[in-house]
Amino acid sequence: MATAVAAAAVALIALLAYGVASQSKDTSIDDAVAEGERPSAPVSTLPALGRDDEGSLDDYRGEVVVLNFWASWCPPCVEELPLLERTQSRIEGQGATVLGVNYKDLPEDALGFVRRFELSFPSLRDRDGEYAESFAATAFPETFLIDRRGRIAATRRGPVTRAWLDETLPPLLAEPR
Amino acid sequence: MRLLAATLLLVLALTAGATAAEPRASLPDIEDEVMCVQCGTPLSLSRAAVAERERAFIRREIARGKSKQEIKDALVDRFGPSVLALPEDEGFGLAAYLVPVLAALLALVAVIVAARRWRRPARDSEARPALDPADARRLERELAAYDRERSGVDPAGSG
Repeated sequence: MATAVAAAAVALIALLAYGVASQSKDTSIDDAVAEGERPSAPVSTLPALGRDDEGSLDDYRGEVVVLNFWASWCPPCVEELPLLERTQSRIEGQGATVLGVNYKDLPEDALGFVRRFELSFPSLRDRDGEYAESFAATAFPETFLIDRRGRIAATRRGPVTRAWLDETLPPLLAEPR
Repeated sequence: MRLLAATLLLVLALTAGATAAEPRASLPDIEDEVMCVQCGTPLSLSRAAVAERERAFIRREIARGKSKQEIKDALVDRFGPSVLALPEDEGFGLAAYLVPVLAALLALVAVIVAARRWRRPARDSEARPALDPADARRLERELAAYDRERSGVDPAGSG
């Protein structure tokens, strides 16, 4: 009996430890980028927002990608959409694009914002948030700069600013194709 | 004619049965069974912006005459299965299914062990060797003396 109680206690403690470990935030991407490394960006095939096909980050290999996680229910996300649209106009002729990832959103609501802000950059739908999870994205909006080889070169946990884009984008655009 | 009437009655009965089996969907009923997709709480407990969007969607679908199951299916189509208020069946979420089963098994083992221990003293007394005849006579003598002593003391004690 004592052995069974001890085994149950050990199992419960192990379960608790696993639960705590699995809930803690993964900082491996930020740590790597802070050390000057460029970890490979997670890739997943997702439905395209407003179209019947699918897409993934891999479709843009060879281009610099401003990967932006956004949702129509997130006010800071909506506020930065015009800046992202201006960025798209500025970089699309330089082998680069903004790629939106619409996070846990109703497609009807998301498309309303696409029309309202006349967004020309494409967006994919991360309906259950699993793709955002692979980037450890929790503080929306979040933006990742992906180099031409599909690696994460910079991260922005929170709203992007013109200054941040001006500082981080030009060096990536200047890298050979 | 009778056949037509019987068929009509049957159709009416079946239609009534189907209506009774699937009552009109309501927001409070659905709110308890789906999650706020961003907050990780049941929708009924959340006042987050995304929860309000989900509620608005459910209201629209109710207004369009959709059943509760159709609305839940539409939510799963838009947000994935995690929108349903059920723990995930992988990773840490699996604990929600396994822990109650393990707890029930442990409780069952505890009950069995306790029952066996409870029965053991009875078996022990049965297995105890019989008293030696000389000791038995001595015990009877001493008990009789004790009874006599008590019967002599009690009246005085009570008086």
